[in-house]
Amino acid sequence: MIDFGYSLTSSSRISLDNINQKKLKKITAVEPDFLKCMACGSCAASCSAGNFTKVNLRMVILLLNRGMEKEAIALIEGCMLCGKCTLVCPRGINTRNLIINILKIYKEV
Amino acid sequence: MNKQVLVIGGGPAGLEAAGQLENLGYKAYIVEKSDKLGGHLLKWDRLFPESISAAETLQKLLEPVGHITTFLDCTVVSVSKTGEHFSVQLSNDATLNVSAIIVSAGFSLFPAEKKEEYGYNIYNRVITSADLEDFFKTGSDSRIQNPKSVGFVHCVGSRDEKACNRQCSKVCCITAVKQACEIKEQYPDADIYCFYMDLRMYGRGYEDLYLEAQSKYGIRFIRGRVSEVAEDETGKLVIKAEDTLSSKPLKITLDLLVLMVGMIKNADNENLSSLLNTRLGDDGFFQSASPILRSTEGEIAGIFFAGASTGPKTLPESINEAKASALAIHGYLSKQK
Repeated sequence: MIDFGYSLTSSSRISLDNINQKKLKKITAVEPDFLKCMACGSCAASCSAGNFTKVNLRMVILLLNRGMEKEAIALIEGCMLCGKCTLVCPRGINTRNLIINILKIYKEV
Repeated sequence: MNKQVLVIGGGPAGLEAAGQLENLGYKAYIVEKSDKLGGHLLKWDRLFPESISAAETLQKLLEPVGHITTFLDCTVVSVSKTGEHFSVQLSNDATLNVSAIIVSAGFSLFPAEKKEEYGYNIYNRVITSADLEDFFKTGSDSRIQNPKSVGFVHCVGSRDEKACNRQCSKVCCITAVKQACEIKEQYPDADIYCFYMDLRMYGRGYEDLYLEAQSKYGIRFIRGRVSEVAEDETGKLVIKAEDTLSSKPLKITLDLLVLMVGMIKNADNENLSSLLNTRLGDDGFFQSASPILRSTEGEIAGIFFAGASTGPKTLPESINEAKASALAIHGYLSKQK
């Protein structure tokens, strides 16, 4: 084939068709609070690691729900489990348990 | 003799209901626990979204009430029902015999000091939406000194499990937009920010006011819930939130912060509901017989509701519900001999 100097770029579009439902079911089973997030950002705003690292629990929950697992894990690994997010969450999410279980389920890949 | 109806609570819903009942030929009594009729409307300056005067609105609500027997600084002590009649003992030792009771006891404002992380009563330049409305009404508040930057925090004590109030208070989004425009009118040089989780602009004219806030007044809307407030060495406020749309933690230094306090149940709802043998919902507001077809009626025959006693409502909603409630009472009493 003649090389014209062009190549195909993989789509950056979110595909809801290819989400790992099994893992989502697993995380909701061990921590049902996973479903409660309303994306207010209080956790990310209060995060003691958030100013200097990419830690952002709100974004992790969103990305997992969109099937972007690798990107999600990258945003949680710097978490020091200080628990400030648990204090400020208006939905009362057990953030500490949620973070530990996300790492357990999604890091075993 | 005309049939008699007791109205518990002399706010807008109670006043409207009492006026309507008198029009329908009943004798209404109003019991009000404070020393004035008017409820929370007394504290408003201008009403959203059309900036109608609160004082004039209250004046119109009070007009038909002039000759209605009103008990101020007074509460219900006991209620007993015999057949279709209620015998009601009041705290001023009066006893009323009525055929129906309408609960228009309203709501309370969330005490902002409970959300300690926002610093109300700790930092001098943190005020509530009620304080700001009072400033618009009276023109004076020592905490408001020509601010150059003002923030509004939506959902303070609303949609908050930690504050034990899960409900949306309905009116704060549009109130924040209204007050943001008003403060910009008063201080044209000030930068104004609204911190929100969701903007609920559901009413007629609300979206127009939101658009005006953006395009005419240049109010900036930031999608993120404020997580904490601190004071710097100059007395200015440092606000922290996540700008969720750019996914970055955000900091801003402000001269004035306004907390949009939500609507919560009255502390004495429990007592009143046990006196009336009615039920409260999980949210502490009164439960009507059916939330759709019979929202103004209680489960016990002869008990009716109007206004925010059954949950957060806007002023026109409360007034319309008072009219509906008066009509429901008329239907109920017409069937009696």
